[in-house]
Amino acid sequence: MLRRTFVKGIAATSLMGFATTDAMANAKSKQINNNNILTGNEFFLDIDYTPVNITGKNAVATTVNGQLSGPTLVWNEGETITLHVTNHLKKTSSIHWHGIVLPTGMDGVPGLSFDGIAPGETFTYTFKVQQHGTYWYHSHAGFQEQTGVYGTIVIKPKKKEPFKYDKDYVVQLSDWSDEKPTTIYKKLKQMSGYYNFSQRTVGTFLDEVKEKGLSSAFSDRKMWNQMRMSDRDISDVTGYTYTYLMNGKNPVTQFKALFKKGEKIRLRFVNASAMTFFDVRIPGLNMTIIAADGHHVKPVSIAEFRIGVAETYDVIVQPTDNKAYAIFAQSIDRSGYAMGSLTPNASMLAKAPRMDPLPVLTHTDMGMDMSEVDHGGDMKCASGMMMPSKKSMKKDKYADMESQKYPITQLPMKPGLQIDMVAMSPKYRLDDPGVGLRNNGRKVLTYADLKNRYSTRKDKKPDREIILHLTGNMERYMWSINGIKYADAEPLEFYYGERIRITFINDTMMNHPMHLHGMWSDLETGDDNHLVRKHTVIVQPGAKISYRVTVDAKGRWAYHCHMLYHMAGMFREVVVA
Amino acid sequence: MKKIVLSLIMIIGLVQTAHASMEDDPLVTMFLMDKFEILDNNENTRVWEGSFWIGYDINKLYIYSQGEALSDGLETSQNELVYSRAIAAFWDAQIGFTYDKNADASQTWGEIAISGLAPYYFETRAALLINGEGNVGLRLDAEYEALFTQKLILTPSLEADFYTKDDPDMNLGSGLSIIEAGLRIRYEFIREFAPYIGVTWEKTFGNTRNYNPIDETSLMVGVRFWF
Repeated sequence: MLRRTFVKGIAATSLMGFATTDAMANAKSKQINNNNILTGNEFFLDIDYTPVNITGKNAVATTVNGQLSGPTLVWNEGETITLHVTNHLKKTSSIHWHGIVLPTGMDGVPGLSFDGIAPGETFTYTFKVQQHGTYWYHSHAGFQEQTGVYGTIVIKPKKKEPFKYDKDYVVQLSDWSDEKPTTIYKKLKQMSGYYNFSQRTVGTFLDEVKEKGLSSAFSDRKMWNQMRMSDRDISDVTGYTYTYLMNGKNPVTQFKALFKKGEKIRLRFVNASAMTFFDVRIPGLNMTIIAADGHHVKPVSIAEFRIGVAETYDVIVQPTDNKAYAIFAQSIDRSGYAMGSLTPNASMLAKAPRMDPLPVLTHTDMGMDMSEVDHGGDMKCASGMMMPSKKSMKKDKYADMESQKYPITQLPMKPGLQIDMVAMSPKYRLDDPGVGLRNNGRKVLTYADLKNRYSTRKDKKPDREIILHLTGNMERYMWSINGIKYADAEPLEFYYGERIRITFINDTMMNHPMHLHGMWSDLETGDDNHLVRKHTVIVQPGAKISYRVTVDAKGRWAYHCHMLYHMAGMFREVVVA
Repeated sequence: MKKIVLSLIMIIGLVQTAHASMEDDPLVTMFLMDKFEILDNNENTRVWEGSFWIGYDINKLYIYSQGEALSDGLETSQNELVYSRAIAAFWDAQIGFTYDKNADASQTWGEIAISGLAPYYFETRAALLINGEGNVGLRLDAEYEALFTQKLILTPSLEADFYTKDDPDMNLGSGLSIIEAGLRIRYEFIREFAPYIGVTWEKTFGNTRNYNPIDETSLMVGVRFWF
């Protein structure tokens, strides 16, 4: 029953896609259907150049089977899957199955798992699927992920899932630019603020002077100015060049998910962006989070969640009215949004709500201890975006995590020009929804809300711990770990069979979604008996976070920030032997 | 000739680092014509100030050029070729040559410089020059960008030059030689292209003033562009 419903749901999505395509064909040159699904255990995937028109301008995408986004692959837990991937590009390509546990040779990272797929070649991936849930795939070669080589993976479970729903849709978010990714990267190297059109102005300062008086406004600016950091530095690449897509559709062509009043709808959110964090909500509906990164969590009802690059969330919603609801995903810097409609009728489209005000980074995001910051008696920031108060309570809450002591393996750390700031007093901020979402009047998901649905009480305690600092130089647009970029770094050595605790400290002012290949990241969210199992973990600016990894997969694995233009530097090879 | 050989050596140095560099650090170039303007004075002085760099995150080769052309064609210019290396998060150290030219004479200097972003977002550069006659020069530049809007940008700038010796051929006197202060407001239609208007004040001091008395305030119109 569950299976049939699922297929029906997706089929409806798929048909919708066709319908829109037809309607659009008159208006625009060529639209591609993005909602095709492929089911089974053997797949033929072709990576090729495809002309697209997403913004009104003709451009060339790199696609899987001619579609942007690529086909949704539906697998069955327990089956052995074979995928023949043919590269028709002029450059080496690859596909990485993000969040899928598999042998190292099947992981699709050129240079680590294999040599990549040379132009004209076919590589056959085959592995047994040992998990279920919502995942995705993308190219791990060059910048092909930015130009369209990505798609969703849905793995149907062997066992019935502990929740009910009537329809099932994939909601995949991505960012598209007509500019070549090499051009974007070049511009960031030439001028790192190139895409940021939300910078502080003279007016911003004058407003602050009016509000707090000159000396207080000036002293608030002092630290930022001395550090040469901007509190408006939210996204490196913005809506200035990006069009944000939902299942390959822009906010005008709109993805549509159909429902009948009272039905329970499962939405599988996947952030397949190159560089964009989204804040997702469906105004008028609460969402019940049922899974994170493919794994069941204790259901939690929220109004909004932030989804980092490469994360996935499954939610269930139950529309109560016969109206079109907006599935609204605003970019973290509010420079644009992806949007679709959850609607009873394909001709009824939702209106986009207004975007939230511009997020402004605070001293907290710089990793300062707020109690140590002298604000001249005035703790208010421009948009009132301060940390939730109750400092002392929080300290108690994570004292347990702070006090965990395991033997620490020292890693090389290189101070110097790769590092433009250091978080002075990084804290666990699991219950911090993050910049732009604090105290916005809505119930926003935080990592502290995520608890594994099943007990992890019997999991082995960590044998040792490593501490990794996420570092960067925004002005020069260089990213690294421990001040050492990938090209200059030795691989991290993990020992087969051990359980390792990894603590990240983010010494930058950006969110970094850290992705470990091949093994699960069991995230500490405040309850060791319910560690939440993830493949990608956001490390907030100036914050600290810890997770545990059971090292159960031999081989060479990639470990990196999933922001596409951070990745080349903020990357480590992990060797498990 | 010596200059060409040395610059070739530097280019080779850059190519060598290319081997070590991974995809995180591609070869990038940037051409910036920061000032390209006509002054509203008697001579309708045309002024340019631009730079070109090629290189990687840490190692770059820079060419700087600035100068003035008058309506009768008389021209002064300062041209630099330097190897630039990142030495701190916000600072580059540079070494190379400066070639000064005016209507009647020219002068070549060896140069070391420091360039970068000072606290409070001041773009600064300090160049120490020395030439064959034992004259030592110091050329200081600072610039600030104040955003009125995301596209309307006010740029105050200040330049001051000092020398240890007189050089009548080049119109340079010892001590403080010249101060130039500017205030330009540009509108960035796109980041790469911004017309501007502004005002500049230029004054010579000491013996420089004897060789070349300047004390002038001029309005100007210009365009800033880069790629």
